[in-house]
Amino acid sequence: MQGEKIIPRKTLATVYMTVGAILAVFGLLLKFAFFTKKMYDLPWLLFGIGLIVIGYGILQIFSIERLGNEIIFSKKTAKAFLANYAIILALMVLVVIIMFIEPRFMQGQVLLDIMTQSSTRLIIALGICFTLLIAGTDLSAGRMVGLAAVISTSMMQTATYANRFYPGLPQIPVFIPILIAVFVCLLFGVLNGFLVAQFDMHPFIATLAVQVIVYGACSLYFDLPPNNSQPIGGVRSDFVYLGQHLILNRFSILIPIAVIFTIVIWFVLNKTVFGKNVYAIGGNREAAVVSGVNVYATIMGIFILAAGLYGIGGVLEAARTAGATNNYGNGYELDAIAACVVGGVSLNGGIGKIGGIVSGVLIFTVIQYGLQFINVSPMWQQIIKGIIIAVAVAIDMSKYKRK
Amino acid sequence: MGEYVLEMNNITKVFPGVKALDNVSLKVKPGSVHALMGENGAGKSTLMKCLFGIYQEDGGEIILDGKQENILTSKQALDLGVSMIHQELHPIRFRPVMENIWLGRFPMKGIAVDKKTMIRKTKELFKEIDLDINPEVLAGTLSPSNLQLVEIAKAVSYNSKIIIMDEPTSSLTENETDHLFKIIRQLQDKGCAIIYISHKMEEILKIADEVTIMRDGQGVGTWPSSELTTDLIINRMVGRDMTNRFPPKNYTPGSEVVLKVSDVCSPLPKSFQHISFDLHRGEILGIGGLVGAQRTELVEALFGLRGIASGEVEKDGEHFKVKSVNDAKKHGLALLTEERRQSGVFGILSVLDNTIIASQKQYAQNGVLQNSKRLKAAKEANTQLNVKTPSMATLMQNLSGGNQQKVLIARWLLTNPDILILDEPTRGIDVGAKYEIYTIMLDLINQGKSIIMISSEMPELLGMSDRIMVMCEGKVSGVLDSKEADQVSIMRLAAKFVK
Repeated sequence: MQGEKIIPRKTLATVYMTVGAILAVFGLLLKFAFFTKKMYDLPWLLFGIGLIVIGYGILQIFSIERLGNEIIFSKKTAKAFLANYAIILALMVLVVIIMFIEPRFMQGQVLLDIMTQSSTRLIIALGICFTLLIAGTDLSAGRMVGLAAVISTSMMQTATYANRFYPGLPQIPVFIPILIAVFVCLLFGVLNGFLVAQFDMHPFIATLAVQVIVYGACSLYFDLPPNNSQPIGGVRSDFVYLGQHLILNRFSILIPIAVIFTIVIWFVLNKTVFGKNVYAIGGNREAAVVSGVNVYATIMGIFILAAGLYGIGGVLEAARTAGATNNYGNGYELDAIAACVVGGVSLNGGIGKIGGIVSGVLIFTVIQYGLQFINVSPMWQQIIKGIIIAVAVAIDMSKYKRK
Repeated sequence: MGEYVLEMNNITKVFPGVKALDNVSLKVKPGSVHALMGENGAGKSTLMKCLFGIYQEDGGEIILDGKQENILTSKQALDLGVSMIHQELHPIRFRPVMENIWLGRFPMKGIAVDKKTMIRKTKELFKEIDLDINPEVLAGTLSPSNLQLVEIAKAVSYNSKIIIMDEPTSSLTENETDHLFKIIRQLQDKGCAIIYISHKMEEILKIADEVTIMRDGQGVGTWPSSELTTDLIINRMVGRDMTNRFPPKNYTPGSEVVLKVSDVCSPLPKSFQHISFDLHRGEILGIGGLVGAQRTELVEALFGLRGIASGEVEKDGEHFKVKSVNDAKKHGLALLTEERRQSGVFGILSVLDNTIIASQKQYAQNGVLQNSKRLKAAKEANTQLNVKTPSMATLMQNLSGGNQQKVLIARWLLTNPDILILDEPTRGIDVGAKYEIYTIMLDLINQGKSIIMISSEMPELLGMSDRIMVMCEGKVSGVLDSKEADQVSIMRLAAKFVK
């Protein structure tokens, strides 16, 4: 082909490592030679980015066997690269603009805040991505978050709190209400999976039905006397710890929790038979059936696993805010779906990577946080958010358009 | 206007890996019925799809009424006076018959659809061609033959100069076929030309004025139907040389029966019925027949993808019942499906994932896959079959048809089957890759495996099979030893029960 250039993967890896090293050294130089107060934590951020780029280069060397040694540079691959990373590039531009407008954005604390705020959303998005990968969806996610939040906090109030959900309840260990909350969510996940697998119902409608049922059930529980639909407060500090504790007085405990779940889900999706079956069903359901994939069991597994993640997300959300009402989690499923889709998960099923989902979630948090930082009104934030969803998906679709 | 209403000159159409049409010409006189004949895959439908704007020809010209046209869409074809009745009907089942007919050109009254006019126009149309169907019933409630007639009415309603009919009688009874012929005569009287695709010889000889025969994507020639007989048509459809298209065979099939199928019936009355056959160890059993002979349905039922109402299947002398694909796999069966794209390939997944999907439990411990084992197995299988792929991570959709097919064979070999069922194993792949697949098949036979091969390509059936079972209309119409069989005898059996 014209204008094509082939280089070995090792060369590319070297380029990555060199660029990374330059960035890291530049960061250190800024910090120790040219530091001014206006830079805030910029040097450290550059240093960190440099390390990540170096790491990526090293990863390239290790995956030569898996991905093949040849890398082709041409107009076509350049276009594909742009289509793949357009949204990330746009995000970088946005971040740089925000940094210029408001240099305080260059603080490490900002990065930590963004990661903290992304944590629970990420866990929910990780659950929903399974249902998207089989060309389905899960509208019950948000309400399950609310259900788990209400159930867990209702059993986690301090003995001295005036308006207790269970006035006579003794001091029970923290894990019990968490297990109960997640277990109840799992039951609803079973219902989701059963409706979809048994009746071949479209997940959209099956999970819409379950969404309504979950909200109703949650509201009934929330309305039980003596609580009578009052917001649940007075949550025990050992429970709140799960959402508010700061490691070394800086890192929210939510960050490592989210990282652990991300790794686990990455493992499930990429390294287990179950994960491969999810991709197979999403990629070509008929071929999966012919190949002997147990579609019924896989669909059940997907919805149960997803519900478990919503439950955990709900518990953490309750812990983070030290309270709950039956309206918790309302609309979270749509945010999670949007984040997945912006992160490259195809609604037609079969396509989607954990890395994409993480960046999708981060993108939304960065936008929200960043725009707040430079005082863009919440109304404009909504419009910008909508535009990003539309543009991201339009770019994504253009990748798959047949000519 | 010249002598012809339609001239298609030197049409060429290339699909990835195959030349579907190679310099085909077709000339149709106004007011005539022009039959287009050829084996499955000869390129008839492809040629018509070029005319109807579904495909774009890569070479050649289409001249309508003496004017060269570049037909890009079906809408444009309709506007130019070409309409088409497709082989497979796609009615909008939950809308009334009349809406199906007038879709895209509803009679309007201001901004609203004029229902009254639509009913009236539909009634007039039905009266014209003597159809007794209520315009307001849902299309989905009609029988297949009535749907076919509605489809014909729709084609008539465009007032076309040319109507393409692709197997219009496949779901019609004899009486309905006569009815269709009456309609065709009426249309002819109005000066409308019909391009008529069918496998049914008697029908063609009865209705057609001229017959164009195609073979392997090329035109064989055009003759007035008065000069043709059934035997002449068959000879011209199949006549070709067969030297060196197949690797030499150097084995003798065993006599041990590995699969015994006795009196197997489908729960659907129109599908396969009372099928009995034996498959011997180390044998290639070919299954021949026309499209619609229910061959695919039969093997899918044996593989657990469809139900079996009655009858018995024995494997290695033991009774066995398949309820699911996993049962079939456990009993050492493997199925390469007919529609590679639809039910074989995971286009958006890697070659690696595609290769191991049917056998991945072998490489897993407690559900966790062991990457090195998986990669090793996939690499070995793909190297053994000579799959050409840049890497194991390459997406399946970037491979050529022949290589995809080899990956699918590798997928099934990893399940370690004794019996491979190959449904049209070389459909849509080029000659070189075909030869490779034939070689693979013979290797497998030499390893003591047995193969059932469905094929609509006569030379392939004759060249590869040890015995050939021919099916027609869901029944076995005969079993031939491939040494004694020839294309004519197979064609006769394939059309045995076709009226």
